[in-house]
Amino acid sequence: MKVVSLDPRVARLEFREEHWHHQRPLRKGEQWPTYEVFQMKKRGTQAVHVGIVHAPSPEIALAFAKEQYTRRGTTVRLWVVPSDQIYSTAPEDEVIFATTPEKIHREPFAYKVKEKIERYKKIRKA
Amino acid sequence: MTAPYQSAVRELLFKMADDNLIMGHRNSEWVGLGPILEEDIALNSIAQDQTGYAWRLYQMLHQMQEADPDSLGFLRQPREYKCCHLVEYPIVDNGIGEYDFTLARHFFFDHAQLLRWDLLRTSSFEPLAQLAAKAMGEVRYHVFHANVWLKNLLEGNEESRQRMTEALMRTFPLALGIFEPGPHEAVLNNEKIFAGEDMLKSQWLDRVTAFLHSLDVELPDVTSVEPVYGGRYGYHSDHFDNLIAEMGEVLRAYPDAQAW
Repeated sequence: MKVVSLDPRVARLEFREEHWHHQRPLRKGEQWPTYEVFQMKKRGTQAVHVGIVHAPSPEIALAFAKEQYTRRGTTVRLWVVPSDQIYSTAPEDEVIFATTPEKIHREPFAYKVKEKIERYKKIRKA
Repeated sequence: MTAPYQSAVRELLFKMADDNLIMGHRNSEWVGLGPILEEDIALNSIAQDQTGYAWRLYQMLHQMQEADPDSLGFLRQPREYKCCHLVEYPIVDNGIGEYDFTLARHFFFDHAQLLRWDLLRTSSFEPLAQLAAKAMGEVRYHVFHANVWLKNLLEGNEESRQRMTEALMRTFPLALGIFEPGPHEAVLNNEKIFAGEDMLKSQWLDRVTAFLHSLDVELPDVTSVEPVYGGRYGYHSDHFDNLIAEMGEVLRAYPDAQAW
């Protein structure tokens, strides 16, 4: 059964059924490149990677990132970086980061806990 | 509040509210149809801001003994609306529609909005000054969004530059209709409610002319262009009656429905 849309926007634009399965190769410029988005939530803090946007230029990437990633919470600044400008290790090189349980002395857990204890002591005193 | 002061404020609130309601509605017609997902979200977030200003402005009118915001927004007679023709045009209409027109309208409209809110920050009508302070940041983003799109399309390829330029030229007379002087300009100015449409228009012309000039687009001499007037006195474009009928359809069918 053919359903006729009651949505005025759809009716106006005359979407035709043959368009739904229409496929052809992408033309140059049709698929925009991606930009990596970094958000700074407070002044003086680090900008943290929050995701990507598709955009035809860095400025438009900023305009899109603002809506994609800053609608909740606070933001003081956004960065965008073209994804293809990022140098990355290869996925198959993941093993080079493996650490072994014997080298636990390299982990800074002990120091973190120490700081916490010191802070707690101070609060108790005060 | 003296009677002339009240009338002047009312007229200003109605035209601003109607402009924002209709502009927000037209922009929202792109929901799900925008050129790309991210842009769909960005434009419709702008539409949402605009509908929000309309609601706040109708609220102010409601506090001045006008009807409730739903009735003001959806149930008045077409002649009672005071929006300019620019905001009334549909997004697709045998050539005048399309995204180039949407962006040209967005550019002209939001530059005017930003300057209007800026002038209203010192308004003697306190509720408007407060809303202006809040709206400034959002509308600054609207202008940023419009500017980057125009820059990209005007500096894109031959086709994008030509289409964007043509859309700007076609839309310019409609945009000048924003500044149609109302019946209370002197009171608005003397009572320090709002500096007036002439002041706004000259600031706006400086801004949009300078921006477009930086992209090698020259608008025609403003004295040679016939602005599309009438909206501020209730005379609207051919698209308007149908639009208002459609917008109020649900509320008329179900008067208890929550419209906002």
